[in-house]
Amino acid sequence: MQQRLKNRLGLWGWLGGGRYGLDRYAYSLHRLTGLGILAYFIMHIFVTGQRVGGPENWDSTMAAFGSPLFKVGEFLVVLAFAFHAINGIRLILVELGWLIGKPGVPSFPYSYSTLRHKPVFIIFMVFAAALMIIGGVDFYFVMK
Amino acid sequence: MNKSETRDKAILKTVKFEVLRYNPAGNESPHLENYSVPVTKGMTVLDGLNWIKEHLDSTLSWRSSCRMGICGSCGMFINGLPRLACNNQIVHLHSDRVVIKPLPNYDIIRDLVPDLEGLFEKHRSVKPHLIRKDTAEQDSPTGEFFQSEQELLNYIQFAYCIKCGLCMAACPTVATSEEYIGPQPLTAGWRYLSDTRDEGAEQRQDVLYSSHGVYRCHFAGACSQVCPKGVDPALAIQMAKRDAFMKGFGRGKKRSGSSVIPPIQDWTPRGDIPDAPAKTVPQKSE
Repeated sequence: MQQRLKNRLGLWGWLGGGRYGLDRYAYSLHRLTGLGILAYFIMHIFVTGQRVGGPENWDSTMAAFGSPLFKVGEFLVVLAFAFHAINGIRLILVELGWLIGKPGVPSFPYSYSTLRHKPVFIIFMVFAAALMIIGGVDFYFVMK
Repeated sequence: MNKSETRDKAILKTVKFEVLRYNPAGNESPHLENYSVPVTKGMTVLDGLNWIKEHLDSTLSWRSSCRMGICGSCGMFINGLPRLACNNQIVHLHSDRVVIKPLPNYDIIRDLVPDLEGLFEKHRSVKPHLIRKDTAEQDSPTGEFFQSEQELLNYIQFAYCIKCGLCMAACPTVATSEEYIGPQPLTAGWRYLSDTRDEGAEQRQDVLYSSHGVYRCHFAGACSQVCPKGVDPALAIQMAKRDAFMKGFGRGKKRSGSSVIPPIQDWTPRGDIPDAPAKTVPQKSE
């Protein structure tokens, strides 16, 4: 057999939305935000673990994490959480077979699940945006 | 006016085809080669490739057959999306540049020819055929297996698949996981799993609901977007997920295959239907 050239897209195929629809971008963003939140949790456990070293150790750690850079980072976690949570609820409903329509006889121009699901997708994203705004107000003004 | 003059008048524009070339026997690495193709009304991307082969470069290779969106041979990555070359007119691409690469997520045999063997292997693994416990009835049928119209509507959409493999090229999970079964075989599996005549649920579920099965899909929807027959693999996979979920809680639909209906013996034809014309070719038994 002659040599085959490998053409699996790999990480870029997983991450890049290309010319595909909104759901494809939501897929990538859901995974990225999931990884981001996981990274935050690991860091969070490390930071809170510093309390074991005594009050001085805790205070110096808190001072290091009080810089504006970490403040922005924390806000990014809020944004990631808002998207991941709302999109996750949407995906649970979709994976239970809801909000994507039923099968039928295909006739051109074809209607398909993600197309039928688009209005629901937009409503969920509006919810996510609202949660981000509320989170932002709370983060920067209320919790000051 | 001779034939070539007529053709010259019909040319709408000239389009640059950039085609990926790869020859396993040659020393050159994969590269894009440029061709100028005169486009006429109704000309498809496949017609453009045929024109190149006829006029510019006879060594260009691809796979095609029916040129009417039935056989599923000419799947290619055209201007950023997996499409059938025969199903897309060049003018409908709205670009003076047509970039054609072989379908991603498949090994390349040569130029635009992908190796689809992996797809067919996975397709076979879901047992894409009716399984009945009574094999004697299946081999020598005494009647039809009953199926209502609504039961047919539950899966007929998924039976339209032409196995072109575009969905596998579009799927982001297939892009990173070689083990993932993928949208086409999962849809084929669900097509039979949801068929009321089928009795092979246990055998098929082992593959469909395995760790590389339906739950590796995260509803990116690209498969359904690129499907040239409106099969909607994303829908089939979500329906299979619900079935797996319900069965996990012992609530899934458990059914035995539909019963056999013997052929109707006692019937009288409607009076307004004329008799069939006499046979013109002698039958074997006669």
